[in-house]
Amino acid sequence: MNRCLVCDEGMKQALTWGSLLKQAEARAICEGCEGKLNRITGDTCTMCSRELGGDHMTGDLCFDCSRWERNREWGGYLSKNIALFHYNEYLKDLIAKYKYRGDYALAEVFVPFLKERLKEVEFDLVTAIPLSDERLKERGFNQGKALADLVGLHTVETLTRIHTEKQSKKSRQERMSLPQVFQVMQSDMLEHKSILIIDDIYTTGTTLRHAAKALITAGAKEVSSITLAR
Amino acid sequence: MKKTSISPPYSPELQNHLTGKHLLAFEIPFSQEILTEHLKNGYVSETCGVQSGNGSYHCVRCGNKDQTFFYTFPCKICNLDCTYCRSCIMMGRVSECAKLYRWTGPGIQYTIPDNVMRWMGTLSAGQQNASDCVVEAVNGKDEFLVWAVCGAGKTEVLFPAIEAALLAGKRICLATPRTDVVLELSPRLKKAFPAIEVTTLHAGSEDRHGFSPLTVSTTHQLFRFIEAFDVIIVDEVDAFPYSMDDSLHYAVNKSKKVSAATIYLTATPSKSMRRLYRSGKLKAFIIPARYHRQPIPVPEMKWSGNWQKLFLQQKIPSKINAWVSERLNQNIPFLLFFPSIRVMEQVLPLFQRLSPELSIVHSLHPDRKEKVMALRNGLVPGLLTTTILERGVTIERLEVAVIGAEHEVFSDSALVQIAGRVGRSFANPSGTVTFFHYGKSEAMSEAVRHIQMMNKNAMKRGLLDE
Repeated sequence: MNRCLVCDEGMKQALTWGSLLKQAEARAICEGCEGKLNRITGDTCTMCSRELGGDHMTGDLCFDCSRWERNREWGGYLSKNIALFHYNEYLKDLIAKYKYRGDYALAEVFVPFLKERLKEVEFDLVTAIPLSDERLKERGFNQGKALADLVGLHTVETLTRIHTEKQSKKSRQERMSLPQVFQVMQSDMLEHKSILIIDDIYTTGTTLRHAAKALITAGAKEVSSITLAR
Repeated sequence: MKKTSISPPYSPELQNHLTGKHLLAFEIPFSQEILTEHLKNGYVSETCGVQSGNGSYHCVRCGNKDQTFFYTFPCKICNLDCTYCRSCIMMGRVSECAKLYRWTGPGIQYTIPDNVMRWMGTLSAGQQNASDCVVEAVNGKDEFLVWAVCGAGKTEVLFPAIEAALLAGKRICLATPRTDVVLELSPRLKKAFPAIEVTTLHAGSEDRHGFSPLTVSTTHQLFRFIEAFDVIIVDEVDAFPYSMDDSLHYAVNKSKKVSAATIYLTATPSKSMRRLYRSGKLKAFIIPARYHRQPIPVPEMKWSGNWQKLFLQQKIPSKINAWVSERLNQNIPFLLFFPSIRVMEQVLPLFQRLSPELSIVHSLHPDRKEKVMALRNGLVPGLLTTTILERGVTIERLEVAVIGAEHEVFSDSALVQIAGRVGRSFANPSGTVTFFHYGKSEAMSEAVRHIQMMNKNAMKRGLLDE
């Protein structure tokens, strides 16, 4: 019997004609736990996947994205972010356990959901947001790369961090006005390529836009991203 | 801040931090150079956190051997495929490449003042006998069970034994599976032993490290110790889910010294523990009577029909309705125990028709202490709860009812503990305990038998007043 990776309870595989006939994707999470993940559905910002409630939008974009896109420094680099779930308390705890406690196995929870949404994107190359060397040595893995690995996508290291101060300590204004934090490596591989960045959370979109700008500037054709949470 | 000072031949600060502990590098606030130096000189030793043999893994910190709780990943620390333990991941990841460090240098010297205990209370006859046995077990480094009914005053039984152990220079740990119990015991011990350091450990506690002669800890935190204690006392030893039994034993055995005394305390020993007692393999002392020398209220069983179906029809079974209404009218505080959070949440609106102030408590509520307080202070007339409140709650004049008492979550020990909430004080030594059911379970009958047996035993030994 499989165990749910989140609550540790045993899971019984329901024996149905469907499960007998087709090789159903083995689930890493039980129905009860899956129910606590809140999928993003309905009308969303076409740019960042934020769910839109009536007054929060300008055209197809949420206010935040339209602000980004109007900004001369940042507009036009990131073409789209797909986000799977709302960043509710449950997912917050789950991602914290995954990332900060270092419970690599939890990446498996998201694999089927990522696979499903990846059908919507076209890309030539997959990359992850790099951690600082110090943090990587501490955690032992890159959370974005681990997701890609388990989905079965090969990732290419395209970026390194220039400086390593923690993002979460800064205000939105500070983040928007930061100088470039990423440096491109292997730029010859990026030429005319559509790049997909895989990461855990889209918070303000700053990190992803920094990465997108660096990649486009180095010659990439298009940059989109997929995140677990928005 | 990483400390960098080192005074030869070893660092007393590191000694203080690491004595009796088994820690990962990130839990040791000293530089890698200091650790390496001590390793080289034999004051510290290290071991791999996850080890394998015969094709299976085990976790050296928590003892986990269940292979489904191990996971292998491409580790960027050792640059190999590395296996880690998911069972104790919340305490920081233990893996094949993560080392656990322990102190192997000289022991810590400290003095205990002669008048270390300030507790002035008196013990009942039953308590005194039990206490003498515990002192003896501590001196003889034995294993011993104190089987004392709810409200017997188990903690006080320990005070003389803790005093004796401290004066003999022994290091003591009082461990319990539940954080609530740690939080309740810690101030009582600090008050009884004000002259010494008392370390309090639970998930999220502040003073996590540093040596002290007396430690109060959740059993879970014992995973961070190794061969540390001369005396280990496990309170509410049965409050653990049965499946965690092995893990509890591993924690207790790992944290105590090879030759140490182990004292178990409970009102409801598990079947296996009772078997050990009956076969003479585990010595025990039974305190069948409460401190106030009145019998324990015996639960009454009441058939309440198909409560599940009635609840679904938005009706409260009439007998339960009458029980609750009666207590609301007479201003008697009460707890209603439900078999699951889901049922309880569904029926709350029905009960709130009887009194809008009724509220619920369960394990996922961070404010359950406040709610119990509100009941104690008469701010709410009653609470709906799960078994989370089966222990550790003392409220004047409290009465309890179990809804769906035949449900499997209500084991005989859970029911004995629930009944044990009633009649705990000198002023109000009696009260009603009702098991509402739709067909009696064996556990219900067993719980009633248990309480009757204890009362009879107490009577026979002259521990009850007429």
